Amino acid sequence: MQKLGDFKLPQFFNYPPYFTYSPALSAVVAHALAHYFNVLHSEMNWVEDIPPQLNLLVSRPVRDTREKQVQLWKDFILDYCKTQHIFVIELEEEFPLFSNPVIERSLSHEARKAFLSALVTEGRAEWLDKGHRKCLILWHRIQDWADIILRFVKDNGLEDGVMTIEEIRSGIESRGTELHGIDRTILMRALKLLEHKGKLAIFKGTSTDDEGVKFSV
Amino acid sequence: MTYYDPPFHLRNKRSSRKKRVVQRTEGSMASSNNFFPSASVTSSGRPVFLPNEIECQLLSAVDLESDDGPSFPSLKSGLLILTTHRLIWIPSNSSAHSNAIAIPLSLITHIFSSKKSIKSIFHSPRIRFQVSLNSKSLVVTVVARGKGDWDGFLPKFWENWRGRAWETSAGGSTADGSVTTSISGTSSNSGGFYLNDGSVRMVGLAGILRKEQEMWESTDKSLQEAFQDLNALMSKAKEMVMLAEKMRQKLLSGSNSETNAGNNEEMGSKEEMQDWLLSVGIISPVTKESAGALYHQQLSRQLADFVRTPLERAGGMINLIDIYCLFNRARGTELISPEDLLQACTLWEKFDAPVMLRKFDSGVMVIQNKSHSDEEVFTRIKTLVTKPDALQAGITASDAAMTLGIAPAMAKEHLLTAESRGILCRDISPDGFRFYINLFPEIDSDDMHMVKDHGIYSLWVRVVSA
Repeated sequence: MQKLGDFKLPQFFNYPPYFTYSPALSAVVAHALAHYFNVLHSEMNWVEDIPPQLNLLVSRPVRDTREKQVQLWKDFILDYCKTQHIFVIELEEEFPLFSNPVIERSLSHEARKAFLSALVTEGRAEWLDKGHRKCLILWHRIQDWADIILRFVKDNGLEDGVMTIEEIRSGIESRGTELHGIDRTILMRALKLLEHKGKLAIFKGTSTDDEGVKFSV
Repeated sequence: MTYYDPPFHLRNKRSSRKKRVVQRTEGSMASSNNFFPSASVTSSGRPVFLPNEIECQLLSAVDLESDDGPSFPSLKSGLLILTTHRLIWIPSNSSAHSNAIAIPLSLITHIFSSKKSIKSIFHSPRIRFQVSLNSKSLVVTVVARGKGDWDGFLPKFWENWRGRAWETSAGGSTADGSVTTSISGTSSNSGGFYLNDGSVRMVGLAGILRKEQEMWESTDKSLQEAFQDLNALMSKAKEMVMLAEKMRQKLLSGSNSETNAGNNEEMGSKEEMQDWLLSVGIISPVTKESAGALYHQQLSRQLADFVRTPLERAGGMINLIDIYCLFNRARGTELISPEDLLQACTLWEKFDAPVMLRKFDSGVMVIQNKSHSDEEVFTRIKTLVTKPDALQAGITASDAAMTLGIAPAMAKEHLLTAESRGILCRDISPDGFRFYINLFPEIDSDDMHMVKDHGIYSLWVRVVSA
């Protein structure tokens, strides 16, 4: 069984078509145009996004294949990030999941963008920049993180206590929990959500290191 | 009891004086026809021509009648083809094509002049002539009940009969059954470039060039006559202008008013004009209605015949562009336009041709046998793509082309179609464009590590892990 670190890879990771973004309508149109102008297919860029409305113009089986492929990649990314505790994927950087040296295939830039966008649409990821180069992966939704924080608070008897943000992230109590090493952005979002619900209050200190939380669970 | 001898040109096969006719129809001699020699017709309804025989004119809905009594066969409403050598009559019912007959012009002893009388204005145009068959003399009347160009037919008939083209060609070539027509410049003979006497043979082209020569000569003559008398020229010019204007009006008014479509009289004469314009080489401004024109019908049939051999060689499917090149190359002169080709293909469904035009999703158009089956091709592709090598490395269009026995471009269309049916998946890489068997349906979406014991997915895993 192939592995990436300690992450077990599924069999279809070695299936070359898994790394080719299934054709879209524009690809069909592009194919026709290529014929018209006698352009070599290998020169053409096949991977393009099509708006969902135009999905109907692609054949049903192709649509199904495409949906399956997208879904497999989404779950794959989430799974991997969860086990490896990865919170951010940078598109321009090498990401081991996106290429398989054994079969010498890797996802094109467009394909990566497409799959991450699919995650964003599902609410399991967020773009951190306008240029869509950095993606925040929410393998736990913010709501789930909020619940984890509450459980953490209860487990450690901090219902009325105070803690700094840093302590939540890297303190002794958080060791062994999922909170350990959590991405700061995600943590702040979860805390803000809880603040909104009146479960805590965030207060600023003299510097970011002093930022803290007063629980009132 | 039969009281006739077989037609003399088929009686003695060893007679070298007579030209041999290529027999291509499966049907035997018509039982109803005891009079005229049988005419060979291809499976698409085109006549098989003799060497050097040139097609000159076609008339539809023609009856052949005779005063000779009840034993004369019923030859009603057929297609009459005037050639330099014969009058060929083909029944319009395609199942009766084996009953086609031909009257060699050489057997016509006399053509009666057609008198214009009050009666003739109301009757269908006709011409009577005397034929000598089996040492009997017979008077035959050709009655044109259709809307053909009778005024063009009649002088041509006289001309061809007087021209005696069969005598000039009887002397020379070693007829090996090759045929030529005026519409197609096809020359498929294997006799080589030289005749027995050492002169260069230009089968096919000779007749066309001769015809053109004659046309030039007659045009030249009439021009000379016109120039002789300037007044005559002026009046002729006025006539021509009026005629041209009338034609233009008629053709254009036909395309604008939809109500005229019901008027058969108008449609008929318009068809005539269109045929005339087409034969002179002028492109008709009314393209919608040219679907009915006789020219396109005959072209369509001819194309259906021609296409058979290249289709077989290409494995049952051939690109339309390739046929365009092959067909025009075979024609030599009188090339057809891409629009004509397309039109000819679309007419195939009207007379049940064994071939059909097909358009792929990608826009590529091919000609394929009607009997072609997509499912059969997909089965073969599936077999190919589940072989161990293909499971590992996939297949390219060239691999498929070799297995299926067709051109790579056609193979690619099949692969893409298979992909759109969900049978295959594409793989694009620096190595090129490849296809694999589609495994996605068998991958479990809830448990991505699950591989069922049976099925393509498990087979693939086994092969790849080996």
